[in-house]
Parts: sequence; structure tokens; C-alpha cells
Amino acid sequence: MATAVSVPELQYLANKLRRTSLLMARRVGRTGSHLGSGLSSVEIFATLYGAVLRLNPANGNDDTRDRLILSRGHSVLSYYAALCEVGFLSPDDLLQFEVNGSFLHGHATRDLERGVEFSGGSLGLGITFAVGVALAAKVRGQSQRVYVIIGDGECDEGVVWEALMCASHYKLDNLTVIVDNNKLQYDGHPEEVMSLGDLASKLLAFGLHVVEVDGHDVGALLNAFEISINSRPKAIIAHTIKGKGVSFMEGRKEWHHSILSEDQYEQAILEQPPLPDLMDQERLK
Amino acid sequence: MISYDSISLRTWSKLGQRGAFAAVSSFEIARQVPSSVIVTADLGFLSGLDRFKAKFPDRFFNVGIAEQNMVGVSAGLAQEGMTVFATTYATFVTMRSCEQVRHFLGYMRSNVKIVGSGAGLVMGYSGNTHYTFEDIAMMRVIPNIVVLSPADAAETVKATIAAANYSGPVYIRLTGGLNVPMVYKEDYDFAIGKNVLLKPDGDVAIFATGTVAYNALQAAMELARRGVQARVVNVHTIKPLDVESVLRESRACRLLVSVEEHSRLGGLGGALAEVLAGCGSRAPLLRLGISDQYHHAGDHNYLLGLNGLLPEQIAQSVFAAYSQLD
Repeated sequence: MATAVSVPELQYLANKLRRTSLLMARRVGRTGSHLGSGLSSVEIFATLYGAVLRLNPANGNDDTRDRLILSRGHSVLSYYAALCEVGFLSPDDLLQFEVNGSFLHGHATRDLERGVEFSGGSLGLGITFAVGVALAAKVRGQSQRVYVIIGDGECDEGVVWEALMCASHYKLDNLTVIVDNNKLQYDGHPEEVMSLGDLASKLLAFGLHVVEVDGHDVGALLNAFEISINSRPKAIIAHTIKGKGVSFMEGRKEWHHSILSEDQYEQAILEQPPLPDLMDQERLK
Repeated sequence: MISYDSISLRTWSKLGQRGAFAAVSSFEIARQVPSSVIVTADLGFLSGLDRFKAKFPDRFFNVGIAEQNMVGVSAGLAQEGMTVFATTYATFVTMRSCEQVRHFLGYMRSNVKIVGSGAGLVMGYSGNTHYTFEDIAMMRVIPNIVVLSPADAAETVKATIAAANYSGPVYIRLTGGLNVPMVYKEDYDFAIGKNVLLKPDGDVAIFATGTVAYNALQAAMELARRGVQARVVNVHTIKPLDVESVLRESRACRLLVSVEEHSRLGGLGGALAEVLAGCGSRAPLLRLGISDQYHHAGDHNYLLGLNGLLPEQIAQSVFAAYSQLD
């Protein structure tokens, strides 16, 4: 488990995850990867893995572990990077990202030894699964907490709302739903594709406690995670920018899944805050 | 401990397959498998599960009319170590939630047992939205899922208890309504993946699944009166298919027949054809089942009759095919 808990440390971790994500994207070359959401989720993963989740990388089956379910399965770049930071994956494992026959698919596959709770890829499914996981902990009186990350585009799926209704009905206050609200789906802005309207009001109406934060502010995220609510699930709407941290990707739908050329990689890296220890990361090249 | 004495078997047949699951298996499974729970999508009362809910309030979960969420929540419970029975109408859980079944049971191998009730044509006047004759085809093509289709109420009890003690995903297809005919009048050995020879001897083999297995047995008796001897095999496990049994009968018989309350495409007949196509069998396969269309609504027997699945019709179809053999 990562030991970073102060805000500067979490920010440092986030910067590292973003660099690792870019390296992985560059490494897969012409296959391309889900850069947009990979980068919008960076601070969310940094906060969760750096300060919030109680995990035991030495034993992925540890029953007392907190569960993080990545329902919006395509933000694997920063997800795998984070799993590597806390020790579930090794830097060598990251070299296997999207290699034929490897276990690091473009959407993660459940593998507790590697810290992956859920096989992602089909939107709307993870949150229903998370409700079952949280319900199991509730009825057994166990204290682990369940976190699920969904995308705002994912909220188009009707089953998301079935799951939210169910989470409220069973008073799952051990469940936190994080919406990576990057305001860009494959075909464009949700207001053009399928308007979500007032998302906070919708979540409130479904019985959740709702907190809205800047999803790139690790301090704000940390505060949101620390809010404790009784008798109902919590939703954190993390307002993010798709492609965050790379000027030519930010807010551009073309970068949902795209190829990062060598030149583009060099430019993207120039925009990143400097990190003192890039030893491990260099290996990814 | 439940007893498979003749009084029990008669009582269960009155309850039908769904009733036998609710009144008998659910409690026995709760006793045998302490981690087991039941999840439903607003079909607890209709399924007869109110008694179970009253006795085990913390082992019964209703997710409302939300079959897709039912499968996802069930998978979450299962991956946390529970043995989960998820039950609602077969039509909705296999078709509305098909992707969830594929994802959570097939791909993620969650230890969920789906009990799909009202399969086939038993929903009568409710019409085609409630009929389920595509489900075997859909479920059996998904990797990792065991597909069971019991022949009567007693076999439903056995199949559901076997499913509870099997580690892995299972789809259990329940057919017939109340008062399903008894295929089994005494206790017998049930094992997943092992066909049961209901009637031995003869140079015709009728493979049947679900409650129409009784019709197949009746048809075999009618055929005997017409001088044609047919053996009847109950294929209660569609997947994994008992290939050994199928090949044994195919070698011993001149005519093979499948009888199912399911589309003639992709169900038991389809599964048999897949096996037989590669084994050099020279016996033709007559596939009896529901025709490839949506019929006007009617009562169960009317619909079975439209599809040639009443005992006399099965006998006639088999007799006609038998008469044409060289």
C-alpha cells in the first residue's frame, strides 16, 4: 500500500501515474489506447490508492481489503499504473500491456492477485456488481468499503440507475460511487449526444449523498472521500477534463482512444511537472 | 433431510417445478449450503418464496423489476463467496439480461445459479413476451455455464440441489405449470451431465428434455402399440451434454429423435446434431420442438399441439419417420 498521504505527496503520485500512462500509451504504438479517460482518472486513482484504500498487495484475497471496482473499464492506463505503484503489478508487468495473450487487456480482467476486482469493458455492469459486493459486506457485518468508478457517459446505460436505486434501497453506506465526469463521450459532449441534465440532482433523487469536487484536485478528492455518511450510499461527482494534463488532448473527443506518436509523446512529456526519480519509468521505453 | 418417497414425489408434482424449487429445494439448499442466498426481481411471491423470505430474511434479496441488475448484484454477492440463486421468468433473465449472464456467469464465472421459470409455452395467454423457446440456444453457447432442464418436479428438486453443490455458474430451465406429470415415480440417481435412460430397448432413441419428456414417454408407449420399440433418454443436462450416452444410443438405433419445448433451432436437437455430425452416425435425427415463429397466444396444450409436441403427435411423427427408413 502506498504511504503517500499528504496532498503534495498525492499530487506527486498523480504526476507519476500520468507519466506512466503516457509511457504505456506510447509503448503500444499503433494499437492506440484509451488516453482520454486514462488521463481524466489520474487524480482519482492517485487519491484512492495513495490515501483511501486499505489494501494488502501481499494477499489479494484478503477478505478485509477495500474493494475498488472500475466499472468504466477503459481507463486502464492510469489504473494499471496505480496498481503498479502499490505493488500489485510490477514494472515488468506493465510491459505486457496490450501484448498478445497477456493479462493486461485494454479492459482489466478480474484477478485478485493482481488487485483487479472486476472484469471491465461493458459499461453499466460494474456498478451492479459493486452493489452486490457492498450488500454482501453489509449482511455479513464486515467493515470493508466498496468504491466504484463510473463515467458520466456510462450513466446513459439504464442499468446504472437500477443499481443506484438498489444501493439506496439497501442503505449501502459502505458504497461510494465516483463519477469521473469528464463531459466527453465517444461521440462528443453529453449535451449533444445524450443530455445527463442535472446529474447531482438525479443522484440525490436516487437517494445518494452527493459531493461535487474538482476531480483533478487531490486535496478536494481526499476531503470528499473522508465524508462519512450513514444509511445511504455516497456519490462523488469528480469534475474532470478528458485527456487532462496534455494540452492537445484536453477536451478533445479524438483522444478517447488514439495513437500517441513519438513526437506527440515528447511534447506531452514536456508538459508534465518534473519528477526526480524516473528510473523505473525509463524501462518502459 | 428430504425424502424422495412416493408421497413426496406426488406432492411435488402438484406444486410443479417452480413450486418444488420454492417449497422444497430452497430450504434444503439453505440447510446444506450455509452461504446460499436467493435473489429475485419482483417475483418472490409468485415464485412461492414468501415462506423462504420469512424464515431467512437476511438471505433473500429483491432487486425490483430489474433483471439486469439482479444478475449483476448476484455476481457481486457470489464473488464475495456466496452461492447465489437468482430467479425470475426465464424469458426476462435469459434475454433482457443476456449480456449480464454472459459477462458475470460466462466470463467471470460467478457462482450464480439462474432459475428461469415459466420456460417454454406454459405462460399461455400471456403471449410471446412471456414464452421462452430461445433460451437453451442462448445459454448453451456461452462458455462455462452448465445448462439444466429437469423433466419433472422431483428432478427439479434434485437438479437445484445439485446446482447448489456444484461450484460454478448454472442455468436451470423450469418448464410446465402446476400439476406437472411425474416422470419419476421413485427415487433415482441424478448427476449433472449424466443422461437418464427412462425406457430401455428398441431401435429408436428419443432424447427428451424438460416436462415434455413425459410426452415422449407416452409417445413411446403409443409407438409400442404400433409395433415400434423406442427407448427414451432424459437429457436433463443440455450442457455439458452426455456425449457418451448420445453416441451409445446412436450406435444402437436406426432412428434418433429429439423432443423439447424449445425452438427446433439451437436447443437439444441442435446440440445432438452437433455431436452426431462428427461421429459417423448413419441414423437420421428427427428434431421435434417449437417451430421457428411466434404463434398467437393460447393455452399450454393448444400451443404444444400447434408445435406437434403432444404425445400422440410425437408418436405419429416418429412413426412416419420410422416407416420411411430403408
